[in-house]
Amino acid sequence: MTVSAAVATDLKVGSKAWVERHGLSAVETCRLAQLELARQDRRFFSLEADLGDFGGFPFRDEFPDRYIDFGIAEASLVGAAGGLALRGKIPLINTFASFALMRACEQVRLDLCYHKANAKIFGTFAGLQAGFSGPTHHCIEDVAIARGFPGMTVIAPADAVSAYWATLAAGHHPGPVYIRLAVDVTAQVYGEDCPFEIGKGNTLRDGGDLTLVASGLTVVAEALAAAEILAREGIDARVLDLHTIKPVDRELLATAARETGLLITVEEHTVHGGLGGAVAEAVAQDAPVPLRILGIPDAYAEYVGPYTEHLRRYGLDAEGIAAAARQALTAKKGR
Amino acid sequence: MALTKVSEIPQADRWADLKDIAHTLRHHIVHMAADSPGAHVGGSMSVTEILTVLFFDGVLRVDPAQPKMDGRDYLIFSKGHASAALYAALAERGFFPVEELKTYKQMGSRLAGHSLKSIPGVELATGSLGHGLPVGNGVALAGKHDGSSYRTFVVMGDGECQEGSVWEAAMAAAHYKLDNLVGIVDRNGVQEDGPTEQIMALEPFADKWRSFGWEVREVDGHDVEDLSRALHAVPFVPGKPSLVLANTVKGKGVSFAEHAHSWHYGKLSGDQRDRALADLGPRRLREGRS
Repeated sequence: MTVSAAVATDLKVGSKAWVERHGLSAVETCRLAQLELARQDRRFFSLEADLGDFGGFPFRDEFPDRYIDFGIAEASLVGAAGGLALRGKIPLINTFASFALMRACEQVRLDLCYHKANAKIFGTFAGLQAGFSGPTHHCIEDVAIARGFPGMTVIAPADAVSAYWATLAAGHHPGPVYIRLAVDVTAQVYGEDCPFEIGKGNTLRDGGDLTLVASGLTVVAEALAAAEILAREGIDARVLDLHTIKPVDRELLATAARETGLLITVEEHTVHGGLGGAVAEAVAQDAPVPLRILGIPDAYAEYVGPYTEHLRRYGLDAEGIAAAARQALTAKKGR
Repeated sequence: MALTKVSEIPQADRWADLKDIAHTLRHHIVHMAADSPGAHVGGSMSVTEILTVLFFDGVLRVDPAQPKMDGRDYLIFSKGHASAALYAALAERGFFPVEELKTYKQMGSRLAGHSLKSIPGVELATGSLGHGLPVGNGVALAGKHDGSSYRTFVVMGDGECQEGSVWEAAMAAAHYKLDNLVGIVDRNGVQEDGPTEQIMALEPFADKWRSFGWEVREVDGHDVEDLSRALHAVPFVPGKPSLVLANTVKGKGVSFAEHAHSWHYGKLSGDQRDRALADLGPRRLREGRS
């Protein structure tokens, strides 16, 4: 019901007020942005794998001839997206992040990326949001996988506002794009205005002692909260929202490295090959400084539990990030 | 190379022409397998008549002068390992010079072992099996949506049909009533490790396709008349995807390669090349053919 109401709103679409009035999650604002794209341009198709009814989205009702459900068959879905793209369509692929990128990994690789298909993948349940569902439904490897495909753009919006603008930007960006999302309502980062340019990170807070580089739902907000905690202790942390993990904003990172001398990356993803890897690759070449990579260690979760408890356990909440920052700063000063 | 319209060729000459073209393609395949690091000989020799009828009997509505022509039919050659046969057909049909076949798998050539998308006439880079049919669905769905009359032909190997993605796509094609989609399976009965029925049985193969909602016709995949009748009759039934199950012989025409899984892939030595050419017999070029 919230989604239908959000379609016919009197608030500024894509704003914090709009998100909060209707209680929208990132995947919901993303779907609403897809609807907007489809209204503007007949080339947009919505492709689903038995998750299209998720939340009662109106795409099927408004554009039945551009809505295709492939059932529980991701290779079929992604392959067909490649075929539609060969005919100049722009397929918007909606399914769980792990299914699109892992079950249909080779179709993403060959039928989309190798052919530079103008297709967009919107992966839900990225990270640990499916907390109680267990590791089969956690998705902690998607960024590493998506980043490996030549030509793939990889985006992790920070909140529901950012997800809206990221989806519109992706729709107008040629070539394959992967956007990682989640279904729960998450903390808001952006207000009325959300500058979103693919490949250009946003500086959310200035600071000179260290830089928190975060990407994705929840953790960007947690990084901002961590900066508040650190500020009370006299530590001045810069906070970057690196919403585009590939191509990474090397200039922004190099400047932060030179000006603050310490980078700490924060992501709801394995510490191997995700945001931390992308930042390490960039700063090691452009402006090497000490770097800490916060994320999920090299193991699958052993316990079920609520999302917030998982984040706390992995040190990805504000307290955990602040503690890691303190430790890294001390270690740096002691060198 | 200007081709005479199919309708203007007397029937007897038409079949003879097609057989001669297939024969020419086999000669090219032998040379490619001898002059390169190696080629998928077995599957190239088995698919030769299928490609001949598609390209030279007026089945595929394509124009070599305009490979990206609007409204063209799509050929998705899903058994991309049989690239030698595909390149031979594309070259003879005029998509690129026949002379270029000599560069097959040579340094700097675009004629890779598995077809690249940059080659004129190649719609989809293939080689990893099980990709063609899902992509073909997408092309066919776009055609249905746009009300376009082009058709999509997907050529698959039989061993390839052990991939689950083929059956996911087979289900979707029938579900969406894609009668603008034609699957052609080169049923040569042999895969890399041995006979399909020993490695991973496909039979009852035609029944599998039927049960997935396809209209099936079985043909002799080396009989150009049989193939032509089937491929000119698609869709076999309105509202259903069509499947041509072409029974073929792996390595057809080269005695030592026929039915031999060891010749799924290989390089022909000078001696083997000479024996293969002797098996085929001298090229029978008709007037006007290159």
